[in-house]
Amino acid sequence: MAVSALRTYVFEPADAEKNFHGLRIVYVGWDKHLMFASPFMLAVTPDSSFGDLVAKNLADAYGAHPDFAKVDWSKVEWLKNSQPWTPDFGKSVDANGIRHKDLLRFRTPGLAGIGGKDI
Amino acid sequence: MDMKANKKLGLKERYALMTRDLEWDTTYEPMDKVFPCTSYEGIKIHDWDKWQDPFRLTMDAYWKYQAEKERKLYAIIDAFNQNNGHLGVTDARYLNAVKLFIGAVPHLEYMAFRGFSHLGRQMVGAGPRVACLMQAIDELRHYQTQIHSISNYNKYYNGMHDFANQMSRVWYLSVTKSFFDDAYTSGPFEFMVAIGFSFEYVLTNLLFVPFISGAAYNGDMAAMTFGFSAQSDEARHMTLGLECIKFMLEQDPDNLPIVQRWMDKWMHRGARILGVIGMMMDYMLPKRVMSWQEAWEAYYEQNGSALFNDLARYGIRPPKVGQLAAFEKEHISHQLWAGFYQYGALTSFHTWIPSDEEMDWLSSKYPNTFDKYYRPRWEYWKEEAKQGRRFYNKTLPMLCQTCQIPLLFTEPDDPTQISYRDTEYKGEHYHFCSDGCKEIFEHEPEKYIQSWLPAHQIVQGNSFNPGTDPTAPDFDVVGAVFQHYNMQHGRDNLDFDGSEDQKNFAAWRAAATKN
Repeated sequence: MAVSALRTYVFEPADAEKNFHGLRIVYVGWDKHLMFASPFMLAVTPDSSFGDLVAKNLADAYGAHPDFAKVDWSKVEWLKNSQPWTPDFGKSVDANGIRHKDLLRFRTPGLAGIGGKDI
Repeated sequence: MDMKANKKLGLKERYALMTRDLEWDTTYEPMDKVFPCTSYEGIKIHDWDKWQDPFRLTMDAYWKYQAEKERKLYAIIDAFNQNNGHLGVTDARYLNAVKLFIGAVPHLEYMAFRGFSHLGRQMVGAGPRVACLMQAIDELRHYQTQIHSISNYNKYYNGMHDFANQMSRVWYLSVTKSFFDDAYTSGPFEFMVAIGFSFEYVLTNLLFVPFISGAAYNGDMAAMTFGFSAQSDEARHMTLGLECIKFMLEQDPDNLPIVQRWMDKWMHRGARILGVIGMMMDYMLPKRVMSWQEAWEAYYEQNGSALFNDLARYGIRPPKVGQLAAFEKEHISHQLWAGFYQYGALTSFHTWIPSDEEMDWLSSKYPNTFDKYYRPRWEYWKEEAKQGRRFYNKTLPMLCQTCQIPLLFTEPDDPTQISYRDTEYKGEHYHFCSDGCKEIFEHEPEKYIQSWLPAHQIVQGNSFNPGTDPTAPDFDVVGAVFQHYNMQHGRDNLDFDGSEDQKNFAAWRAAATKN
């Protein structure tokens, strides 16, 4: 039984994709850059391109960091749900296999944060 | 005519007559239909008469004691308010701790009142029912006295004007709300482990001692007074929580694994919530009492280990969270304040960079971590603020499905790496801040898939006032969310430096001390 209860206890998940009016939730975290206290929740349309997600959403979210402008996106190491992964910037979020509430992490070797301290 | 007066009853007899002697077994309806809630959690009780009443207090004596405490409390609060006591606090900055308190804690007291009222009806034995009933009334009293004590500050300072509505709307208050919603929707025995034992017995010192000592250190007689007024109630609550644990463990060996799992769960959830108290102690009090690490070591590691040694004879082992917290005690207050600092445009209290003197204090209290991991952040943000670029993070954070705190905790073996955990349930993907939160979810996923995660709710359109049209071309999401939160941008939020509270306090205090 999924929960201790007096009666049958079955519920719809509060965050199913259909509740987001056509948007898909994508979580993003920039490893070793703790100036940002936590990873982010982005909401994008599944048919928007991955390149746009980087150029718009990530720039909005991370642009305040002095390392961000120095990122060489061809050398970034990506993890999707903790597995190594290579995105296609020209393809859509959906065609890149990014499902609702997936977690993307990126690592930027050579950029060690503010003062080289992973911040 | 001679009157023959009976001897006055002793306390023990009065107690027996007015509690257990009021008990009877129902005959028109079977007992398990009248008390349906005490079996479905799997806890086996064979003999309710074995319950040892942890304190023997009758209702009439209870009213008398409580009335006396109320008279004292309101006399002191009146005097404090009439004498402009708010100008005697160390600094207006201190009041941001009060704002967090009024936002989060009275609601918890109110939910505790509801929870113990439920137990006062559902427990089978008359002893536990009467004890729970008294605790329910205590909790309602705490809720009222906290609001009354703090209401005077609301006349003068920003951000406290709508705490009752903000509780169910504002992103960071969902953390405390979800904690009690989880407890309140549990069965009666789990509620007792969650609130009566884990919170009231083990963790309450970490909430009340630092906060109330903090109030005393910082000239806040209003908060100090309700703290002291609540203290003797808390002592009763603690004995009730512990008695219930012992009762369950003595009734049936099958109860042990269930009680152990609840302890693991609720000590983890409790420790997550109390990180905010750590942040208050280390960063928010102008005059500090002790560090969070010192408080955790004194009240959890030392007092707690004595308690768990005592419970070891029943087969109980210390809760799992102890290992995680042994690492986190040197980190969480810094991580949380860094989080609130950067999301300080979205709070109904002010945030700030610690002063040089405060940073030195933090270095001395946290010799292993502050200079290495946290001071560089503050130095960088201080420089940025000096250049007119005070750092405000405006992108919504990723939240833990269980505790609802942003994923801002780091791995126990690497303080530079955010801790990520995840799982799948019925084809949906869920994320957590820690193994503890993941385990809680996996045991009862059907409960936590309903989590009201504020960041998601904003995108789903559920955090706007009625009549708001999010499809309008010039729609301002942040403005609409602020309206719904009933927060005033530029007044309730942003940095303390330059705030209206700061200016008013300085002007009023000057007027009180000079011509």
